[in-house]
Amino acid sequence: MPRHPRLDPLADRYAARTHGMKTSEIRALFSVVSRPEVVSLAGGMPAVTALPLDVVGSMIGDLVSGMGAQTLQYGSGQGDPRLRERICDVMALEGIADASPSEVVVTVGSQQALDLVTRVFVDPGDVVLAEGPSYVGALGVFQASEARVRHVAMDDHGLIPEALEEALMACRANGDRVKFLYTVPNFHNPAGVTLSEERREAIVALAEKYDLLIIEDNPYGLLGFEHEPLRALRARNSQRVIYLGSFSKTFSPGLRVGWVLAPLAVREKLVLATEAQVLCPPSLTQYAVARYLDTQPWREQIKTFTELYRERRDACLESLAALMPAGTAWTQPEGGFYVWLKLPHGLDAKLMQPRAVNAHVAYVPGIGFFADGNGREYMRLSYCYPEPDQIREGVRRLARVIEAELDLHSTFDTVDTGTFRGVGRGGSPNIVGPANSDTYEDGR
Amino acid sequence: MSETAPAPAPVAGADRHALRAVVLAGGLTFEREVSLSSGTQVWEELVRAGVDTEIRDADSGLLPGLAAAPADAVFIALHGATGEDGALRAVLDLAGVPYVGSPAAACRLAWDKPAAKSVIRSAGVTTPDWVALPHSTFRELGAGAVLDLMVARLGLPLMVKPASGGSALGVQKVSRVEDLPAAMVSCFAYGDTVMVERFVEGVELALSVIDLGDGPEALPAVEIVPESGVFDYTSRYTPGLTEYHTPARVSEDVADRAAALAVRVHEVLGLADLSRTDAIVSPDGQVHFLEVNVSPGLTETSMFPMAIEAAGYELGEVLARLLARRAGNR
Ligand SMILES: Nc1ncnc2c1ncn2[C@@H]1O[C@H](COP(=O)(O)OP(=O)(O)OP(=O)(O)O)[C@@H](O)[C@H]1O
Ligand SMILES: Cc1ncc(COP(=O)(O)O)c(C=O)c1O
Ligand SMILES: [Mg+2]
Repeated sequence: MPRHPRLDPLADRYAARTHGMKTSEIRALFSVVSRPEVVSLAGGMPAVTALPLDVVGSMIGDLVSGMGAQTLQYGSGQGDPRLRERICDVMALEGIADASPSEVVVTVGSQQALDLVTRVFVDPGDVVLAEGPSYVGALGVFQASEARVRHVAMDDHGLIPEALEEALMACRANGDRVKFLYTVPNFHNPAGVTLSEERREAIVALAEKYDLLIIEDNPYGLLGFEHEPLRALRARNSQRVIYLGSFSKTFSPGLRVGWVLAPLAVREKLVLATEAQVLCPPSLTQYAVARYLDTQPWREQIKTFTELYRERRDACLESLAALMPAGTAWTQPEGGFYVWLKLPHGLDAKLMQPRAVNAHVAYVPGIGFFADGNGREYMRLSYCYPEPDQIREGVRRLARVIEAELDLHSTFDTVDTGTFRGVGRGGSPNIVGPANSDTYEDGR
Repeated sequence: MSETAPAPAPVAGADRHALRAVVLAGGLTFEREVSLSSGTQVWEELVRAGVDTEIRDADSGLLPGLAAAPADAVFIALHGATGEDGALRAVLDLAGVPYVGSPAAACRLAWDKPAAKSVIRSAGVTTPDWVALPHSTFRELGAGAVLDLMVARLGLPLMVKPASGGSALGVQKVSRVEDLPAAMVSCFAYGDTVMVERFVEGVELALSVIDLGDGPEALPAVEIVPESGVFDYTSRYTPGLTEYHTPARVSEDVADRAAALAVRVHEVLGLADLSRTDAIVSPDGQVHFLEVNVSPGLTETSMFPMAIEAAGYELGEVLARLLARRAGNR
């Protein structure tokens, strides 16, 4: 059969929203990242081998052999009641004392929770506020539902309440419908920073003042290195905050178990939406999580994880301090997986990526964490997966890459013959994000 | 190194089942993903053609692997350095492992785009004007002065590309003089030498050549029409974004001259077995050589398999015959 000239006979039939779904050269640049020769500071993969794998294995085996009639069967759309009870215990660790299992919906990772919440609230053209930078998986969901994302500046203490208020007032003046604020208050992905106590109060107060709904996404909250978790936003206001949680970072991402805690009316819509999407969350993995929480020392396991991540964070921050050229700045995470690094003035993390891959070190360019094309001089480094020695080696390689890039820029930035302008661009002094990124991304 | 007796020269497909082939795919280059999909397709086609085939990465396990389980011949589906620059082939030569494709020295030449262009131009083939320079030249002589000369000499628009490498990675078209410094900076991230080339407007053709034993034969040209106007990574590997016409919708005269050019390039550079020359036909009918690939893409969206099919061959059969010939020649 002769080939279609476009290699795809269905090329004209796809929905408009698939037009952005293209292979990009980013894939090419990431293709070597899984090779052992490359130090990957790119992926955010939890260190699952620190789990007692044999114990978990026999536990899951027992669930099938002993309770197959339930664990291999369909379950309720809202999720297993026993698990929902245990989820309330987990949330209590971050100050959410009043949650009832009936307000919890179990989801396929918190990623599905994000998708459900967005489906339930967002119409095309609605505005979603999110930190700048923001979690790339959330931006993808917002884009798919054709929301317009407006970034709100953050700094070393998290989202800036004044910037939030400014954004809310600007939206009001524009007549924009702000559906919610999406925020990751703890050990932010990708920024690594944590929302301070005072700002938590200020943001919840702004929610009251401006009738704002908050989506609090908190997969990392229990992975703090320095102090007990700060009280969740949801613990401060149960009506204006919808809370997303996940077992991906405290237990296993492969089980795909997360949840959403929402006021009853919202919960009802979320259950209907999830039933339409997946019928019910996977029974076996829900039972696995519930059994794990029932029978295993899971809080000690979280300590084991945080010890391991703390050591890796230290290796990362120490080598950054020792090796990075002047003009580079980065955040100081007190938990979680990520450091957000700002390159010296004028450098572009995406354009620099081929050089880094050639030097066998990988990171995620910052531009992906903004819906509006900002973030070029930033990158996300993840310390969660490589061993400390690999992290040090990776940072060493990265430092050399940045130095070579600076050298290149010093050749071409100063181009000044009247014909050419240099390639340097204005940057902001703020480590975390463009200070005033009040641009819109038109999701359409 | 290999302890198996040389396979007898195959008569048609008779010894096909006795042939043991290793396909090399992966590697540590930006084109790893492309190579893995080329390699997978080659592996499937060979298996379908009845060849005992194994797929392997080009890593530290390769030489011990080939020593432990010798192959009658190797097919190199690696794209980018080591697979295409001659280095891996030189090592296979040392190891006495036969492989399909061009010899190491020819690969080294073809891999270096400016060097290959010099040789090709000396042989009387048309290729756009170019200049290739390392970063140090700009640093030492002043980037502004050098860039001014380039623009004065080559005009605009210009193509800025890494002096070696494929899949259009790092390749940019620069139409405005003020965009040139930034294009140089991003191109130098791929490698230490940048080639700047005059842009040729026209119809792009992929010109595949195979040699099954009777000398190099040009396959029907594949005409490339990317929806975006630019045949970049996205246009190449997202089905639906580019139209391919095989044979190309050009006059017989142009088709003949393009075919002759591809065979000439194959011969002048000393290539063997298979190659793919990229060319542009300008509105005056002139065919301009851009570059030649010793390890043409063999993915589901690649042009070499389209040309094979248009010529009435089967990809698996062709690959098996090339392997059998190499296995027989050891
Ligand atoms: N001088 C030129 N004039 C016009 N277009 C050009 C020119 N040089 C390159 N191009 C365009 O850019 C694309 C990539 O260039 P080129 O073939 O040199 O890169 P490559 O990375 O070696 O690609 P390949 O994967 O084919 O090896 C070409 O396919 C063509 O569309
Ligand atoms: C901020 C944030 N939200 C959500 C997720 C998705 O997690 P899950 O595995 O629960 O879907 C991640 C995963 O990296 C994340 O970083
Ligand atoms: Mg080419």
